Amino acid sequence: MIDTKTNITQTIIDSLSTSGNKVSFMPDASVLDAVRFLEEKGIPNAKHEEYKYCNLEAVFRRDFKSISNQFSSQLGVAGHKLAGCINLVLVNGTYHAELSDKAEGITVSTLHEADKAILAKHLSRYADVNADAFVAMNTAFCSSGLFIHIRGVAEKPIHILNVISANGISLVNPRQLIIAEKNAEATLIESFISEGDAPAVFHNHLTEIFVDENAKIKSYRLQQEGSKVTQVNTTEAIVKRYGNYTTNTFTFGGSLVRNNLHVVLADDHGEAHLNGLFVTGGSQLVDNHTLVDHQKPNCESNELYKGIAKDKSTGIFNGKIFVRKDAQKTNAYQSSKNILLSDDATINTKPQLEIYADDVKCSHGTSTGKVDENALFYLKARGIGDASARRLLLQAFAQELIEKVEVEVLQERILYLFEKAL
Amino acid sequence: MITIKNLHASINGKEILRGINLEVKAGEVHAIMGPNGSGKSTLSSVLAGREDYEVTEGEVVFNGKDLLELSPEDRAREGIFLAFQYPVEIPGVSNINFLKTALNEIRAYKGQEEIPAKDFLALIKEKQKLVELDAKLANRSVNEGFSGGEKKRNEIFQMAVLEPKLAILDETDSGLDIDALRIVANGVNKLKTKDNATIVITHYQRLLDYIVPDFVHILYKGRIVKSGGKELALELEAKGYDDIKDQFEDATL
Repeated sequence: MIDTKTNITQTIIDSLSTSGNKVSFMPDASVLDAVRFLEEKGIPNAKHEEYKYCNLEAVFRRDFKSISNQFSSQLGVAGHKLAGCINLVLVNGTYHAELSDKAEGITVSTLHEADKAILAKHLSRYADVNADAFVAMNTAFCSSGLFIHIRGVAEKPIHILNVISANGISLVNPRQLIIAEKNAEATLIESFISEGDAPAVFHNHLTEIFVDENAKIKSYRLQQEGSKVTQVNTTEAIVKRYGNYTTNTFTFGGSLVRNNLHVVLADDHGEAHLNGLFVTGGSQLVDNHTLVDHQKPNCESNELYKGIAKDKSTGIFNGKIFVRKDAQKTNAYQSSKNILLSDDATINTKPQLEIYADDVKCSHGTSTGKVDENALFYLKARGIGDASARRLLLQAFAQELIEKVEVEVLQERILYLFEKAL
Repeated sequence: MITIKNLHASINGKEILRGINLEVKAGEVHAIMGPNGSGKSTLSSVLAGREDYEVTEGEVVFNGKDLLELSPEDRAREGIFLAFQYPVEIPGVSNINFLKTALNEIRAYKGQEEIPAKDFLALIKEKQKLVELDAKLANRSVNEGFSGGEKKRNEIFQMAVLEPKLAILDETDSGLDIDALRIVANGVNKLKTKDNATIVITHYQRLLDYIVPDFVHILYKGRIVKSGGKELALELEAKGYDDIKDQFEDATL
């Protein structure tokens, strides 16, 4: 019997090994471990507990048997930049300074050019190559990526515009390392768009972010790639004493989007706020996997995810809160609310609490339903038609997440994309 | 205005309305009274178009149109307004945005242009005064966190803005203290013209001290068993529903 699992993973490894860049900035040990992990475990399929509803091996077998990595030179990024922000443009995972705004007040470079001492201290320290196939794949085959170093208070929001521009079947592994030094403050926006007419693109994005003592990072992720793009987006955030990491993920595009968002509250009094909103349609699948790891006492985490699934689409939320033995006085809250707009749409939600400390406040809640019929009738009884009434209620449902966006131009864009997605 | 003939309606196969006949003309106020479970709220729900109810027999003609053929939103656009017994809380939808959407959809239905923002704000201001609704409430989410009295006042506020031809007040007095009751009733009275009509549905006579009806109908077991002038309400208040029950119980109707 042919072991198809090994085959597709090996095909990918071989293809990336011959065509990919040399990842000179990555520690050799990490690369070796990564390749070994990938070879041993393969790309996860539905048998893998963490990928039960998100069979990526099947995606690879269907769409990525041959990878050409043919990129298009046609670029129209201007319309996607955000006014008033420092726009940093990455094309197929490579930072293009000439397309980007001047980075005032922060240090921006490719990982090749980044400070070696900082890389040695942080790179591949938080994303564990022995834990996940996509971390391993990115670590072994990543592009030159992006390095951002924040000291002090960054006045303007930093907008990382990730453009995928491909004409052939492509697999890209962009890598980011973001360091917020002690007392640093910044707003980070990551947006994801695609162009070109590639039949399939796999975008395996990985960010390691270090939030040092008393640093505050507010981040937004806006995923609006085309219908041929599969994205796995892994974020590994480490939050030190009194640090605060807030992240809001808005997903409207892509054929399949899997977000692996892990936050480690590594020291006392850290805070993490994880929010997300998605609208899926057609046969889209959006899977938000979050993990908040409370390692030390007096930390707080809040999580609110909402989803709207239309047509035959699927939305998944799997949120784990881990409270370790040392993490007394932890406050951890989690909520996932979803609306199904069709009988063929699916929502899977799984909140998980693992608590090993005894003096903690933790709660989680999840609900999935249809549009509230009573509210719908109330609106109709005032003369509002069925379509506008539903739209009003869905806008109301999403409101509290859209309101969390503190950058006005971004909020407008998100509102526009949300309404378009309905 | 509205003619209801032999209206039968059921929910989950259980017949609640068993042949209602009623005619309401422009300029009139009708009160429909009855004990709990007599079908009062079913009647208002059926007229407003709630889909949980199935009309099995009869007809309702509203200004020449077959009302039962219309969707709930088209009934509202034609000029039916139901003041809910339990107004629904809709977090995230602002009262103002809700009313503006409603008003503009009604106007579009009538072939009118959208109301200019300035005129709309002036209208809101004027009508707020009518029901003594705090301006802050108008800006909040629809009924969210409103007290019982505020919710009812908000219903009348919406009615004032939308200017319906026929208003159906479903137990608008329930849960109101005497002050709130007076404010709500005042609002309704001020909105009364010779061209519109009101159906007041209530269990108690109390509200009818403030909104004085031209006709009173007593609903029992899904039928109007007795009709009269405003004195009928007082009679009912004095004797209670037991008298009605005794009178019509054995008739099995």
